[in-house]
Formats: sequence, structure tokens, C-alpha cells
Amino acid sequence: MKSITATNDFVIKFANVNGSGSASANELFAKSILRMGVPVSPRNIFPSNIQGLPTWYEVRVNEAGWLGRRGGVDLMVAMNPQTWDNDLKEIETGGYLFYDNSKEVAPEKFRDDIHVIGMPLTSLCNASYGDPRQRQLFKNIIYIGALSILLEIEEEAIAQLIAEQYKGKEKLLTPNLNALKIGRDYARENLQHPIGLRVRRADNVGDKIFLDGNMAAALGCVYGGASVCAWYPITPSSSLAEAFQRYCSKFRVDPETQQNRYAIVQAEDEIAAIGIVMGAGWNGARAFTATSGPGVSLMTEFLGLAYFAEIPATIINVQRGGPSTGMPTRTQQADLIACAYASHGDTKHVLLFPEDPTECFEHAVAALDLADRLQTPIFVMTDLDIGMNQRLCEPFSWDDSRTFDRGKVMTREMLDAGRDFGRYLDVDGDGIPYRTYPGTHPTMGGYFTRGTTKNARATYSEAGPDYLYNMQRLQRKFDTAKTLVPQPVLRKASTPARTGVIYYGSTSPAMAEAIGELEARGLVLDLLRVRAFPFGEPVVDFVSSHDEVFVVEQNRDGQLRTMLINELGVDPARVIPILHYDGTPITARFITQAISEMMRALHIDARKTGKVA
Amino acid sequence: MTYLAKPRLHHPSLPHNALGYTRRDYEGRISTLCAGCGHDSISAAIIQACWELDIEPHRVAKLSGIGCSSKTPDYFLGNSHGFNTVHGRMPSVLTGANLANRALLYLGVSGDGDSASIGLGQFAHVMRRGVNMVYILENNGVYGLTKGQFSATADKGSASKKGVANADSPIDTASLALLMGATFVARSFSGDKGQLVPMIKAAIGHQGAAFIDVVSPCLAFNNHPGSTKSYDYVRDHNEAVNFLDIIEGRPEITTDYAAGTSVDVVQHDGTIIRLRKAAADYDATDKVSAMNYIQKHHALGEVVTGLLYIDNQSTDIHANLNTVATPLNALTEKELCPGSAALAKLNASLR
Repeated sequence: MKSITATNDFVIKFANVNGSGSASANELFAKSILRMGVPVSPRNIFPSNIQGLPTWYEVRVNEAGWLGRRGGVDLMVAMNPQTWDNDLKEIETGGYLFYDNSKEVAPEKFRDDIHVIGMPLTSLCNASYGDPRQRQLFKNIIYIGALSILLEIEEEAIAQLIAEQYKGKEKLLTPNLNALKIGRDYARENLQHPIGLRVRRADNVGDKIFLDGNMAAALGCVYGGASVCAWYPITPSSSLAEAFQRYCSKFRVDPETQQNRYAIVQAEDEIAAIGIVMGAGWNGARAFTATSGPGVSLMTEFLGLAYFAEIPATIINVQRGGPSTGMPTRTQQADLIACAYASHGDTKHVLLFPEDPTECFEHAVAALDLADRLQTPIFVMTDLDIGMNQRLCEPFSWDDSRTFDRGKVMTREMLDAGRDFGRYLDVDGDGIPYRTYPGTHPTMGGYFTRGTTKNARATYSEAGPDYLYNMQRLQRKFDTAKTLVPQPVLRKASTPARTGVIYYGSTSPAMAEAIGELEARGLVLDLLRVRAFPFGEPVVDFVSSHDEVFVVEQNRDGQLRTMLINELGVDPARVIPILHYDGTPITARFITQAISEMMRALHIDARKTGKVA
Repeated sequence: MTYLAKPRLHHPSLPHNALGYTRRDYEGRISTLCAGCGHDSISAAIIQACWELDIEPHRVAKLSGIGCSSKTPDYFLGNSHGFNTVHGRMPSVLTGANLANRALLYLGVSGDGDSASIGLGQFAHVMRRGVNMVYILENNGVYGLTKGQFSATADKGSASKKGVANADSPIDTASLALLMGATFVARSFSGDKGQLVPMIKAAIGHQGAAFIDVVSPCLAFNNHPGSTKSYDYVRDHNEAVNFLDIIEGRPEITTDYAAGTSVDVVQHDGTIIRLRKAAADYDATDKVSAMNYIQKHHALGEVVTGLLYIDNQSTDIHANLNTVATPLNALTEKELCPGSAALAKLNASLR
């Protein structure tokens, strides 16, 4: 029988039952490999459930550092009888099945083209532990121990992680180490080892950090100076607000008074959440909310008001499959249009597209600055894949000389010095007016905030010219935004290319890997990672300097492509959608295949002949 | 009412308050509501209360939703910042504004469509959270701007202008505010300035969620026989439980009241509310009996007015959240950003 053999390059998937304590054991497994200097990218595939339904944890081990989902499974740790049949189907031919053989499994339930490794996990647990909960929890550690023998993971790497986790909690430390030993001892004595899949120490992790995007974005909100957070629980964004609470407890408590330099409100719904954010933003505090698609739908009326009344607000949208009863625990990039044009009337909003946790941090900080600078809602468009999975990424950095950009705020001193104040007056030609914070001056700078019925000095007006003035100024402001948002990242092919690829957000790791394979097939493509909407000159240039541009997205309708056509007047025939939207993260395999096939079908010769445009 | 600009000149003998302001300095733009609208009387009462309390107009933030009542913040305190938000959602915007700067006075103005229908949820939750504010509901039982539909506060059996009886049960916002945890709940009538002005002053002095339901007849659509929100009906059925005098840190005034007929409540800011009892057995500090009293008299067709409930030990959202005394909008990088050293430590913990 064929055997898959691979060192530092394989996929292992754990099939568990939700609520069985597997999550922390599986994370321990992934981190132990990181500690051996080998990059991993784990992904949670979980149901909308707390206890009892199936859950999976897929770990891609890849020395080269490809962090996208690969697809296919080389080793399945099948701990859930409910999903046994489907789990077995996913194993690649010549791959491995690890299972609990305490109870006999009927022979026809196996496949004959895979290697089967049975271990009496339940029996071992029952022999060692009396308490049912302990039996359950330590079973997970025991299989980690066994896997460490099968895959040659260093015992010290795991033991060290357990020691860090239970530092100062000796009561928990010793039994965990014992369970690890039980697993290792049994595997060493009874199982054929190592198997064809191995982990070997390398040096490819460097100073990278390992965390999920929701934590990173929350930290960005702390560093970016958000002092008010209002939110309503919704998967997959809830852990962002909760992480903000934890970081604030750590970093934002006045050491003398023990009082908080922040306010967090769990609102009654997303409408109230964005209302609170707007009230705070209007009143000069940096404020944000974290939500997902259904929450944005509820916020849209307020978002229109924020756009027209010019109120700073930061909205972090951790995208999931929509609608509300859709796929709340699956990933998608399907809220772009809903956010870009959210609300009634002529509205347009700024969107940022972080690619990983590091950029979640950076874009959260940038969004808080941009919201103040542009006096408008700013969306950070992350997704479940980035938000709820730990990802290896560049460490955070901060320049201590950096200050918050509070934008155009007219102070009492400026008013006293005779500066002319008109709340909606374009004094600098960039479409951005000055604002005052409420309470600034006894007789100057006060104004009445409302939607569209006003003139440049915020006086009630239903006159057409006043409306036009504001609407055209808002358009100018949106143009100004193009130069202030994070600019796209260009990767030119080694030889001149006439075909380009545009992608964004969580597609990044899969795209990075796919381009190597595409080039290996002789296809030459320039890449542009779009990092924000509205699109600036670099995006215009990229589209116009290529004959065809593939737009790779994780939604059905090609939403970014629609926005390119809509905003830039691009000929639709020149922007070709490459779409992945089954709820699983996009893979390099998918991109490579889809682009290769499309190029063949369109008879595109990717190499540029003649002069470079 | 009119498009005529308001003359800026005023009579030189108008009295000044301690800040040197006349009442005119507390006015706003000229009202565009119908002549005789109860809402304009409420605006006048707000102006009077703020002037009497020597409140700096620019230290007031006035917020509203959508509707006739929500237009009124434009008609008083012209030097204050105002925010005309979206329909029914003023409470959340006010909450956020209050979180950002606890040092201002927050005045929320709303109507019955705004607070009892589309915004009932936000109305309930802003009371629960104890946001420090004065929330005035200008209650006329009818949708004015959309020309005369019943609102959720219209009494069952009350007739519309066209003679149709309302079949739905009314929402009593004062009872709801009590239930939700408001710590100052009052009801008044726009036609009774003598009762309303001290009530607004007392609400301003209150630390926490202060709610005043003001029955404010709509002359255009709800002032006819058969309506329970008309001037005539409210005048005939107004059952005041008490009358208020506000004593601001001055030596006690020595008006004589018969023993047991008045009670003093000291507020956080040192002002004293002297409640002159109209209903002998009414105790404004007893929440449960207040609810019973309101319901009992409502069943009799009466409109119970006065200071219905006050919790003198009230706290507010900032106390609940344990926020710093400095307004959050005044905190700088120094207080808000942990800096690079902390970040390096964090990085190290994530490997």
C-alpha cells in the first residue's frame, strides 16, 4: 500500500465533539510544532453550538510557511463516531487514521487504502482516572502524547507549553504531564513509530507571533485610543469585544484610583451599539463596535446619518456567511457591497481589508485615525478565517512618537482667535470641514447636528443649492480618502505580465502560495493586494495596464469586482471573477486550478510580447 | 409657526441671572410648530429652568429623535450643541455622548411615537443603564408630522379626530420608566408651567436617569372631545400627587406648611426638593406603591402628575462602569496608549 511520507509538510485534522475540551489540547499540539521552528496554520471548523455537535481542528504543518488552507487530510484523528464516515472519506490515499479502539469498530467502517492506527484511549483513561470529566479532558492530552511519538514531536516542546500554561497551578500541571506521559509510553511500546509524517526541528518561525485576528484588532483599538466600545454579541465577532475588555483591564486602569479609562457597553442590539458609538464619536471620544453582517444590516439607518452628519465611527465587521440564519460559523467576504454602500440616500463608506492579525491590529489603529480625519464611518473588513483562527504573523510594532490624528477640530483658542467656523464648510478644498466638540465655547462653535437638511453652517435648510454643496463636498471628501487609506501592495512578476490578479483580505496566504505554483506552470501574473476602498490611483493603474485582471474573492457575486466596475468604469469583460464561497477558507489549490483553467479557456497567453505598456 | 426671523434686540430691563444672561440667551430659533402647540410651552419651561439654575448653555448637549417634539431642541438653548438623531434612537446616541464626556448636562427630548413605538427598546434600556440625563417625553398620543395617526400612548377607547376609537392598550411611559429602573420619574402637563419648571430643575439636579412624561396636547390632531390628551381632558382629570419647590443651597425658605404636608429631598448637588403633598398618602420614595397608585388612578381615567418617584441614593452609568473622573474624550495618548514596551512584552507572550 502507498504511504504518504512527508516531513514538515502535511495536514492533520482532529474530529472532535464540541465541549469535550479538545480545543486547548489541539492548540497545544499546534504550538508545540511552532516551538520546533516549523510554521503551522490551524483552523477551527465549528458548529453554532456549545456542546455535543461535531467540531474539527485542521492543522497545516508547512516548513515553507504557507499558511493558507491546503485542502485534503494526511492524518485524521477521528474522535467523533458521529462524523466517522465522512471523516474517513477526507483522508488522502496512503494517509493515516488515528482512532480510539477501546470499542470495536466494524471492519467495513474502514478503508483499505489508508493506514489505521488504533489506540485504546478510553480504556487507558478509565484505568488512570476516576472522575468522568478528567477522563474526558485527559483523553485529549493522551492522544497528543501518542501523536508526539508517531510524528516525532519533541516531548520538551509540549512539556514546556504545559508548564507555561499551568504556571503556579501545580494541581493541574502534574496530571497534565502524567497524561502526556501515558500517551507517549503507550505509543512507544505498542504502536509502530514513527509514521510517514514527521516533524523535524527547523528555524522558520523567527520572531513571528501566533494569535487570532479578533485579539489583534482589539489590541489595535487599545493602541489606537478607543475609549468607548459598544457591541452586541454575534459570532464571529464577540471575542473581539471580549478581548478589548481583557486588554483594557490590563492597560487602561488608572493605577492610582483603580478607575477605568474606558467604557464598554453590551448594547440591547446592534442599532443601539452603533448609536452609542456615534454619540461618543460626536462628543469627541474614539469609539468602535465589532459586529458581523446581520449587525451591519441593523446599523444601516444610523450609518447613513453618520455619513451625512459626518460623525467618526469605527466598525469592525468580522464577516461570516449571511444572512442571520445562514452560516454564522463559516467564513466569507460577502459584506463588501452591504458595507460600502450601507444606508439610504447617496452613501459611500471607507472599507479596509486586513490580510492577517498583524494587519487587523494596524488597520484598527488606522481606522480610528481615519474616522477622526475623515469624520465618517470606517469599516475594518476582517472575516471569520482571520478573526477566529490563530495565525502566524509578523510581530506588532509601535512607534512611541506616534500621536492620534484627531482630524480637524476647532478649539476654544481657535474660535477666540477669530477663526471662521462653519460646521460643513470646506475651507481647505479637501471636502473635510472643521468640527467642534460639544461644550467648547460659551458663544461660538455650537451647532445643531442633523442629516441632510442643512447648509454649510449647519443651519436648517431644505434649499437645493445647500444640499448640492454638501453632497458634492462629501464626494470630494471621499476622493480625499483615496490618498489616506492603506495603499495596495503590488507584486510584479519576474517578467512583464499582461494579466493581473486582484485579491484582498484573508485570501492572502492562499494567493501567496498559488502564485508560485502558477509561475511553475509557466503563467506570469502581476498581483495587487487591495487594502482599502475607495480605490486610488494604484488600483486604476493596475487595471488599466493589464489586458485581463482576475479578481479573487470569497463570495458568490464578485463584490469587489462589481465595485471596480462601478467606481472605475472598468470594462466588465476585462475583470474576470475567481470565486470561492462554500464557507471554507479559499485554498492555493483552488486558485491555481481556477486561474489555470480560465486562462486556458480564454486563450490568454500570459507572457507579454513586445513592449511593456 | 413662522418664517420670520427672531429680532435679536431685547428689552434692556430683562432680568439677568448669576451668569449675566437673560432668558433670551437661553432661547433658540423661532419655533416652526403650530400655534398653541404644547411642545412650545415645554421649550419655554426648559429655558426658564436653565436660566433660573444659571446653567451655562454651551455645557448642555440636547439630543432628540424624529418627530414634532424632536424638532424642539432647535428652539431652545441656541448656544448648546444639538443632535437630531434617527427615529427612536436618541437614547443610544445620548448614552454614547454621555460616556464620552460625563461633564456636560444631557437633555434628551423625544415624543410618544419616538419613545413608545419605534424606540421602546432604547427607551427601556437607557433607563436600565442609569444614564445621567434629563429625558423629556412630549406626549400627545398622536403622530403629528405624519398627520394624526394614533401613537402607542393613546388611551384605549380614545377617539381620533375622525372619530375612530383606539382599540389598543396604551403604554404608560412613566410606569415603564419606573419598572426599568429610572431613579427620577415625574409627569406633568405642558399647560402647567408652575408645576413643570421646578420639575425640570429637580430633574437636572438628579444624578442618574431622570424621566419626565409631559402630556402636551396636539392642537392640530388630538385636541377634540373624545381625546384623553386634549387640553380640556387633562385639565379636568389632572390629579397632582405633589408640588415641587426647588431650594438651591440658600437658607431655607420659611413658607409655612401644615405639619406632615411637605417633605424635603436633598439631591446630590445640594439642592433640596421640597415636595408639597397634594395626595396625603403619596410617598414619592416608594416605588412599588407609586406604580400601584399610577395604575389605580389611570384606571379611573385620571392623569396622575407630580414627582412620582425619586431614589435619592441613585448612581449612574459612570459609577456602574467605574470610569475615571476625567471625561473620556479628554484622555490623551499618554493615558490611552500602552506604548512599545508593553507591546514587546505582548509579542513575547504570543510565541
